[in-house]
Amino acid sequence: MTRYTTATDADREAMLAAVGVASIDELLAEQIPQALLLDRPLDIPEGLSEQEVNAELGRLAAKNTSAEDEVTFLGAGMYDHYVPSIIDMLLGRSEFLTPYTPYQPEVSQGGLQVMFEYQTAISELTALPVSNASVYEGPSAVAAAAYLAKLVNSKTGIVVSAGVHPHTIQTLETLAVGYGSTVTVVPLKDGVTDLDAWSAAVDGDTSAAILQQPNFLGAVEDVQALSDAAKDDSPAVVIGAYDPITLGVLAPPGETDVDVAVGEGQTLGNRLDFGGPSFGFFAAREAFLRRMPGRIAGETVDVDGRRGFVLTLQTREQHIRREKATSNICTSQALNALAGVVYLGWLGREGLPELANLLVQRTHYARTTLAAVDGVELLHDQPVVREFALRLPGVDVPQLVAYVQDHGVNPGLALSRTHAGVHDDGLLVALTEQRTKEQIDELARLVGEAIQSQRSGTTDAAARTEVSA
Amino acid sequence: MSTTENTTGRGTKDVHIGDDSAIAREAVLPAAGGSDPRPLAAPTTSVNPIQRDHATTIFEKGVEGRRAFVAPATGVPEVALDEILPAKLRRTTPARLPQVTEPELVRHYVRLSRRNFDLDTGFYPLGSCTMKYNPRLHERVGALPGHSRLHPFQTQDHAQGALEVMYGLERQLAEVSGLPHVCLQPSAGSHGELAGVLLARAYHEARGENRRKVLTPDTAHGTNPATVTMAGLEVVKVATNPDGGVDIDDLRAKADDDVALIMLTNPNTLGIFDPNIEEIASIVHGVGGVLYYDGANLNAIMGITRPGDMGFDIVHFNLHKSFTQPHGGGGPGSGPIAVSDRIAPYVPVPVIRREELAPANGAAAEHRFELISDPADLPGGVDGGEPGSRSIGKLRGFQGNYGVFVRCYAYILSLGGSGLKDASEVAVLNANYLLAKLEELGVREHLPLAFGTRCMHEFVISGGPMKRDLGIKTLDLAKRLLDHGFHPPTVYFPLLVEEALLIEPVETEARETLDAFAEALAEILREAAEDPTIAQNAPYSTPVRRLDEAGAAKKPRIRQAIA
Repeated sequence: MTRYTTATDADREAMLAAVGVASIDELLAEQIPQALLLDRPLDIPEGLSEQEVNAELGRLAAKNTSAEDEVTFLGAGMYDHYVPSIIDMLLGRSEFLTPYTPYQPEVSQGGLQVMFEYQTAISELTALPVSNASVYEGPSAVAAAAYLAKLVNSKTGIVVSAGVHPHTIQTLETLAVGYGSTVTVVPLKDGVTDLDAWSAAVDGDTSAAILQQPNFLGAVEDVQALSDAAKDDSPAVVIGAYDPITLGVLAPPGETDVDVAVGEGQTLGNRLDFGGPSFGFFAAREAFLRRMPGRIAGETVDVDGRRGFVLTLQTREQHIRREKATSNICTSQALNALAGVVYLGWLGREGLPELANLLVQRTHYARTTLAAVDGVELLHDQPVVREFALRLPGVDVPQLVAYVQDHGVNPGLALSRTHAGVHDDGLLVALTEQRTKEQIDELARLVGEAIQSQRSGTTDAAARTEVSA
Repeated sequence: MSTTENTTGRGTKDVHIGDDSAIAREAVLPAAGGSDPRPLAAPTTSVNPIQRDHATTIFEKGVEGRRAFVAPATGVPEVALDEILPAKLRRTTPARLPQVTEPELVRHYVRLSRRNFDLDTGFYPLGSCTMKYNPRLHERVGALPGHSRLHPFQTQDHAQGALEVMYGLERQLAEVSGLPHVCLQPSAGSHGELAGVLLARAYHEARGENRRKVLTPDTAHGTNPATVTMAGLEVVKVATNPDGGVDIDDLRAKADDDVALIMLTNPNTLGIFDPNIEEIASIVHGVGGVLYYDGANLNAIMGITRPGDMGFDIVHFNLHKSFTQPHGGGGPGSGPIAVSDRIAPYVPVPVIRREELAPANGAAAEHRFELISDPADLPGGVDGGEPGSRSIGKLRGFQGNYGVFVRCYAYILSLGGSGLKDASEVAVLNANYLLAKLEELGVREHLPLAFGTRCMHEFVISGGPMKRDLGIKTLDLAKRLLDHGFHPPTVYFPLLVEEALLIEPVETEARETLDAFAEALAEILREAAEDPTIAQNAPYSTPVRRLDEAGAAKKPRIRQAIA
């Protein structure tokens, strides 16, 4: 017997007898050609007891420096927000954790109603009338939206702002090859999308025009201006990638003529998890409903007239339409989307704007405080909500990051890691409600100290940073 | 607050029972394993109490002024919003999110959870989905802050534990599949398929070939053809032979130098291991095509046989299936891919490298893991061949679903190589035992095995004879199973079997459970012989009964109208 496998030796004997074979080997040999049977054990060590596995995963966890171990100002797509305790409790319930896609609605009303509520919450958040029940995560959600645009208008040009997350642009470039589209990147000007270049790039062959709000450098874009420009004499579907928390204070996509709003849902009650699992949200204008990817829950009644919920519009989907489906997505991120809707319910109607305003205030304070440090400049002076970019001319930023980390604070992302040759002296700093004024002050002090230490050439962390990413 | 339990907002009609009374606790769903005879009386008049729980959404429960969240004090000198964020960029009306307190929020979602059937409660033989037990250890280790609060942009010296997990899992998956190069990034099986088809395309294009055709058997999962379309290629269907395998003559007829790849599941969705797989591989390789293995059915073969040894070039794993990430009501999943040497130069980034460090002062040799995220940073490409990378790029943000990697790594450490093999062997034994049990009970008279005489880890029976002889369809059988406390198998798939039921019993289910399931099927057939209307109108004991799906699709109501 192996852990989790239930058949005892006696069970096996009885079951083999019932099947009419002498051994499992015989059962396999009847079906698999001899030459293909693996003639040796897998080269994977023998199994371990629960306590040994627990210890090993604990050992590996301890080798990481998590947001528990340092004060982190890292963001750039995922953020260290507080996850309320009720989310751990609800996601740990067997009834949410262990079923699969609700193919049998009579015994899946919990999950289906969660999807319905989630769709409602996302529609409210984005001010767009239709939402699906989740896609994988942020960047691939943008690529899925661009695929929808291709299905809608059959054009092949994708125009994307350089303010869009670099992972998103890379993902678009990878997946657009599949559906035969080409990606053109429009540069930034003063930290936001260059409106003239954007207008010039979007034309009659443009399938999708893609922006991010706030953009990768933290700047708030004038989305209405970008939508207007993109729709001027172009069939382009305007796609916005949003940080959902910022929609507590920023104009929603549905009110600024964005056609499809997508984004990374991690900030809505999900852990950092080194990048996943989280979820992607996907909302759109009504006209795109039947082109949407993924599961959609709908309200209906049962034979006795009771209110209930089902998966609906399944004729879009791969298991029905196969090669004519609007997407190949099957398993998505239902549990993570559950965290999202619980989180939005927990924040509530008043709480989301309060949280967003808190971020705006603390971010403003942090930006002002850091910009006052000798050797630090703003990379742009556009409005920001929760993240901002700095320039540190003449400073080795990865080395500065290592220095500050050695003092227990992670100052943010060295932009050389994502924009080498463009923003080599850049630092992207993000805030959440978990970062206090005292921590911000400490960050400013350490950044100043690190710059001074580099200038005086006494960098105790220099050796270490050579191998740092 | 003066309101009572039974009051809800906005005058919504509310007939739910006030709290978790003993009766409500007892009767959420029928007990697993058919041990509760009460719901089987049909049509019942004893309505399950929770059925009286009129579905009320969290939005409808809201009352102006109620809330759960308390914001911390800003703590910084505040500035007028107009000065830092111009009004034209701001939202004017707040999103109409729920207005509820934390106790209400908890009760709402706990009550909702009890309207779900789940794997911890009962047997879930959903074919092709591998609903095996989800060890709670995995949830514990996944929640350790060192894993769960690790930022994906953490500098690599501070994420060595995470990279070690990923490297270790890569090596384990390479060994299980017999293909040496692994990319963990894809988010789910279908995402891995897309990666795989794009890889095959890139491979051919690098050789100056523009191949368009993708061969897919008519037994294939729906994700296969859908993926082919998204990757810009064209589906060519291959027929199934009378034994349930690929029709070799049809394959030969369609295999030409325009074939980019073939996508196969082996064992396939009929639970049949294709004995001609080596010939299939040789035919496809013979015309220069690539072999793609859909790993949805990997649970049949771990440690027994390997896709790489069968001749496949690319395989995707469904970590949530074979390696037991909880399915979460439809995700998260994870769909890593493993590829052969010839496909390796094209794999997506990031790629993990293990570097040996020179031991200092006689200390033990050390190593370091490095994540190479930018294709341009790959020295000579991932195959170490010609300079510059030929990676297809990136499929999503960051590294993939790391939280899933932690759980699956823990699973493989727990089972070890021989445990994985045992898991697959028992999965196959359980499936064949259930088949034998169905024969013994006479069930197969009405629900015959669609193909073959044996199966691997799952099998397909046809409800065609049952429909003709007894007047109940597979759908009716499935709905009646709900009254017996079982989750039905996958129904009406694969498409080529009339009234199909695809049954996958998995290795973590005990013999008694399989017996009880077989008995339930037999009982439903006996009952149908006497009165088919009972099954035709089932279920009776579930939170809701059959739902109007056609009506839902005709006039879609996919969100709450909020005042």
